[in-house]
Amino acid sequence: MSADANEALSRRGFLAISAATLGGVMLAPGIRLIEIAAARAPEQAVSRQVRWGLLIDTNKCAPGCDDCVKACATENGLKDTGHPRTDAQWIRKVELKDMRSGRTHSVPVMCQHCEHPPCVDVCPTGASFKRADGIVLVDRHICIGCRYCMMACPYKARSIVFAEITDQNPDVPRGNGCAEGCTLCVHRIDHDRQPACVEACTRAGHNAMLFGDLNDPQSEIAQRVAKYASTQIRADLRLNPGVRYQGL
Amino acid sequence: MAESLIYRELGGPSRRFWGLLALLAVPLALGAVAYFYIEHYGHIVTGMDNQIVWGMPHVFAVFLVVAATGALNVAMAASVFGKSVYRPVAPLSALISLALLVGGLALLMLDLGRSDRMIVAITQLNSESMFALRVIFYDGFMASVGVYLWFLLERRMNRYVKPAAIMAFFWQLLLITSTGLEFGFNFREVYDSVLYAPMFIAFSSAYGTAVFVLILFAVCGWEDRPVSDELLRRLKNLLGISVGASLFFAVLFLASKYELARSRDVARFLLFDGGVYTALLWLGQLVLGGVVPLALLLRSRLSRAALAAACALVLLGGLAQMYVTLIGGQAYPQILFPGMVESSSFFDGEIHPYTPSWPEVLFGLAGLALAAAVIAVALRALALLPERLDPAAGPQA
Amino acid sequence: MNSNGIGALAGRIARAICLAALLLPVPVSAAGRVPKPVIDIDKPGKCVEDTATMRREHPDMLRHQRDLTMHDGIRTRKHSLKECVQCHASTKTGSVLGDKGFCQSCHDYASVRIDCFSCHAAKPKLASGAKP
Repeated sequence: MSADANEALSRRGFLAISAATLGGVMLAPGIRLIEIAAARAPEQAVSRQVRWGLLIDTNKCAPGCDDCVKACATENGLKDTGHPRTDAQWIRKVELKDMRSGRTHSVPVMCQHCEHPPCVDVCPTGASFKRADGIVLVDRHICIGCRYCMMACPYKARSIVFAEITDQNPDVPRGNGCAEGCTLCVHRIDHDRQPACVEACTRAGHNAMLFGDLNDPQSEIAQRVAKYASTQIRADLRLNPGVRYQGL
Repeated sequence: MAESLIYRELGGPSRRFWGLLALLAVPLALGAVAYFYIEHYGHIVTGMDNQIVWGMPHVFAVFLVVAATGALNVAMAASVFGKSVYRPVAPLSALISLALLVGGLALLMLDLGRSDRMIVAITQLNSESMFALRVIFYDGFMASVGVYLWFLLERRMNRYVKPAAIMAFFWQLLLITSTGLEFGFNFREVYDSVLYAPMFIAFSSAYGTAVFVLILFAVCGWEDRPVSDELLRRLKNLLGISVGASLFFAVLFLASKYELARSRDVARFLLFDGGVYTALLWLGQLVLGGVVPLALLLRSRLSRAALAAACALVLLGGLAQMYVTLIGGQAYPQILFPGMVESSSFFDGEIHPYTPSWPEVLFGLAGLALAAAVIAVALRALALLPERLDPAAGPQA
Repeated sequence: MNSNGIGALAGRIARAICLAALLLPVPVSAAGRVPKPVIDIDKPGKCVEDTATMRREHPDMLRHQRDLTMHDGIRTRKHSLKECVQCHASTKTGSVLGDKGFCQSCHDYASVRIDCFSCHAAKPKLASGAKP
């Protein structure tokens, strides 16, 4: 190799290569962003690049309000049979009172869609599973109704259906003997809509609930989570839920 | 040793035996009816709800599974640890272990929300699930104990008894440890302690040995097979150590829950404020199931009636302990917001009530009856027990 | 154990039961009492595949589709159970179940239990968006 050629590579070549690399590095995140922000085509599988989450500002949650609860029940076909102990509840308002300060709170609690879900860890058949985009679901085709997921969940997120159901919502199959819980309205999300609870809260003007992609730095939820303090329920368990709360 | 003993099936007039089976058929039939009733209408007909999801069937089932793992201890003492005085009763120990496990597993497999998917439960296993792993442990335990029992009974295979026993011991340890950790690794306030593993090992030894001794008495009373005082004395000591260990771990567990500030509330619930759970814990598990039998068993001379009474008390205490563990563990609410008072439409923050329903209780009792029926039929069909278990039978090392 | 009396009797009973079980289907099929399935397709249009393919493959199609939908979130309409129900629900009863239901009458004839509708809705979503 001649010394000249080497020198040429080392100066011009180096500048060219580093310019290209720098340009590539600067452009690449932009390309990634566009990838994520574009809606998923119907025949495309969900991917890990997305992580769906909720941000709930409890400062905006009024104690008596249960718009989210009612919307969830309507959307998912949860009927009130007059037996609250065995009726399924996918979301509920928990009224809190701090024993030390006396401060009261009202918090909507649903399946927290953990990154490390204990329900998925214990399910013997794998019916309780986490989808690639972070939603924790029950595959009722293989659920045997052992209720171990209900024992394992620290958030009391799951219910089981105690009797036969006949008039299900065609978008939300649910049946006797199978465990179930908040699906983040997966049937809506897959068609680029919002979960029913978030939609109801926004439509009523409370704006306490925000839904979005936690992995997308451009999304409102990701920006708010990066800017303002938010917590997770029982963060000490290190399950990293996808539902975050402000004002707790 | 074993050659000088004559093993014989359970004798006696067949009318008496069929009478016993007919007696056991009653709870079995009632349990079957209860099962189909629950399966048809759904769990709405039971006392279980979204707060107490595992009820009486699980209380009986876990009790049977824990006793099953411990009932093998006599056989393990004989074949793994060389205590040859137990060798003649090793087949009985293995059989009782298998029978109790069959009863417990039947309850677990049938108390599913979708028991028509039982095949899915056995074949489609989630590799990350401890519950699924335990299905493998159940299978491994049954297979290895079955092989061990076969080697004990088949003269040509007698020289492979020790390796088979070591395999069975390995699966026994896996099964009982994972049973304890099923609760130990659970986040609920009453559970959430690795102590559950050794505690359940102690419980299993106590309940399993108690069942073994009672069955031994029953068989030897059925048709006058004499049992030596020496064997009973050794069994008494084994049971005494097991009950002592159970008490030790239970007290350690409760004391540590109380000592740590983060779990003091649930300790107070169990020890003082829990109503039926407090009563069953103190009176059932600790006093009747622990202190009283221990006091009896520590005496150097014990009448057979007193030994049998101690065994019965240990078993009653065991059922009480399982009720407190299973139901009490679910009655105490999940704490989502430590330090806050919670209330909601989904019963957060309150102690959940539970009333056992008849279908559940009948179903659970059928599990016990199934185990008893398996033992009875096996003893009648197979030569599992020697004719005599006293020194007159021949040289025993 | 008294093997002669009870064993021989049990053996005779078992043989009798086996014989009866083998002979039973003959009178049943001869009478032709099982009603043929009612294939009542009262909505216009074609099915997503031809009839022979559908009859043979629909269990596998549905099972494959369910995994795609559940685990991958793929909700294309071609092999979706919801779309089947939407089209095949009887205009009279509004359901694919029932005596003359599209799914049920064939399944009754073939004596194959349908598990789908313990969870899935047997009635289509109403056009107005209201749930039945």
